[in-house]
Amino acid sequence: MEGAVTRQGLEAHLQVVVTDAFRLEIQLSIPPGKTIALLGPNGAGKSTAVSALAGLRPIDGGRIELTGTVLDDPERAAFVPPEQRHIGVVFQDYLLFPNLSVLENVAFGLRSRGVARDEAVTRSETWIERLGLGGLGVRKPSQLSGGQAQRVALARALVTEPDLLLLDEPLAALDVTTRAELRRTLAEHLRTFPGPRLLITHDPTEAFLLADEIHVIEDGEITQSGTADEIRLRPRTAYVADLVGSNLFAGVADGGRVETAGHHLHVADTDAAGDVLITIRPTAVSVHLHEPDGSPRNTWPTTIELIEPLGERTRLRTGGPLPLVIEITTEATRSLDLAAGTDVWVAVKATEIGVETDRPVSQRSGSRPDAAGGRP
Amino acid sequence: MSISTPERRRVRSRPPVFLVILGILGLAIFVIPFVGLLARVPWSDLPELLTSNIVVDALRLSLLTSIAATALAAVLGVPLAWLMARVEFPGRAIVRGIVTLPLVLPPVVGGAALLFALGRRGLVGEPLYEATGLVLPFSTWGVVIASTFVAMPFLVITVEGALRNLDQRYEGAASTLGASKWTVLRRVTLPMIGPSLLAGLVLTWARAFGEFGATITFAGNLQGRTQTMPLAVFVALESDRDTAVAISLVMVVVSLVVLIALRERWWKAL
Repeated sequence: MEGAVTRQGLEAHLQVVVTDAFRLEIQLSIPPGKTIALLGPNGAGKSTAVSALAGLRPIDGGRIELTGTVLDDPERAAFVPPEQRHIGVVFQDYLLFPNLSVLENVAFGLRSRGVARDEAVTRSETWIERLGLGGLGVRKPSQLSGGQAQRVALARALVTEPDLLLLDEPLAALDVTTRAELRRTLAEHLRTFPGPRLLITHDPTEAFLLADEIHVIEDGEITQSGTADEIRLRPRTAYVADLVGSNLFAGVADGGRVETAGHHLHVADTDAAGDVLITIRPTAVSVHLHEPDGSPRNTWPTTIELIEPLGERTRLRTGGPLPLVIEITTEATRSLDLAAGTDVWVAVKATEIGVETDRPVSQRSGSRPDAAGGRP
Repeated sequence: MSISTPERRRVRSRPPVFLVILGILGLAIFVIPFVGLLARVPWSDLPELLTSNIVVDALRLSLLTSIAATALAAVLGVPLAWLMARVEFPGRAIVRGIVTLPLVLPPVVGGAALLFALGRRGLVGEPLYEATGLVLPFSTWGVVIASTFVAMPFLVITVEGALRNLDQRYEGAASTLGASKWTVLRRVTLPMIGPSLLAGLVLTWARAFGEFGATITFAGNLQGRTQTMPLAVFVALESDRDTAVAISLVMVVVSLVVLIALRERWWKAL
């Protein structure tokens, strides 16, 4: 490991003994300009990782190195306290200081680092404007909506121009509508932040849309790493399968129809228009040997490419025109006598298709072919 | 419907009769003594009584020493509360017990203990006197120390509770923003426990303002130097009832005004 250390970005090997029964041991390597998501359930050790990186909790073993500086290395008794680390953190629940105004919250980091009052105010006001919070500088955090508080937290973390940006469940406390909007804001500012970024989340959509690479964390260990595609299409544990097994496609919506990769789907949301992301849960798809009739309005013939038994359930992958991950009961698999190569019809109800008016962050860079509707 | 709804609501919200009776009796225990006091107030002689030398001296001394004791308790009590809330050290449970002891100990015993420790021949008092010539007993400083001894537990307990309840993640957030420990304390911790701190200060002041037993034992009863309002009442009860009543009235009014003015804030904090 030592030999592989780069001078740029974050290189971290975290060992933290949380309790006798639970320890965190993960390896993170984030180059500048890249966003890594740490995706996992509550209690997997995600927040412990944030505390360790921020210096709020010393690690028990391993090493943290950021842009060539060792921040924590118990073996060499090296430890840089949090106030000297220069790491921007957007905390879960934001943790805005309730006694300070929005402006004072944003300026807090600059003032603490000895920036003169006038300059701190000017720079903070720039960030307040940039995040669309103009005119809210005098408010107290208790007078802000969830979305506004989140923006203040982001401004507070970014205004000091940190070497590393940590986002701990930045959107978890928001309602669905605000979340989609804030996700776009977040994507925009992540793109312009030059350093390494670590996103902590339990929401696979968030990880897919905001991160370049995803580490799945379970019980204090990384159980799978890869791009959104790799994780979605080849889940390696039952948890990952449940968590990220959703079908995700980018498309263009128009009056209750979405066109994705030349294929048309009926959706229940007739208001959505333009670029959208659609999600289909693997359990929402039914499989038939003959063309079904009845209520499902989206049906098409395809071929089974892969069958993975998962105990009582079976996971199927189908081929074109729209490759899907499907989950049905093992009993149904048996009674339909399904095998790789079987020709089937699949059906999805319009109401079972989730439509999000959002675009994946790096779609344009082409790093995620599936998001554009391509084949895995 | 329009008739039955308000009626039903009234029935549901009426509290049980026996609770009301007992509650009113409880209140009466607080109120009746003050009514008795008010009934004995010699209203026409009041201006004259209250401007007498003894009363003016006692009031000035009481305000001075109670504020000084509160300030001393703040300077020493807040760090003590912080240590008790935040630092794991052996014997922390014993320290908690010692800090709360003055709350339950008869103040006379506290005063006697202070005398043995800080008196001119006391364990600490003797070397202190030899080194500096300072004599604490029977001095105004003695009053301040006796008041601090009995009143500071209110501050320490209130502030310690607030520090334990404070979400420490805020302090962590401040340190990731580059704030030194001192800045965190000054700009985050203390403002966030502000209401509790104020509550503690008010309770401490009120207790110091009414302090009697430890003061008379440790500091004696010298007009203008150690004779505070409660001591003046005690003396006057023997000789001049009207003066005793007048001083008592002043104490009740001053304390009540302060407590009511700050009640909203400290109820919220406690």
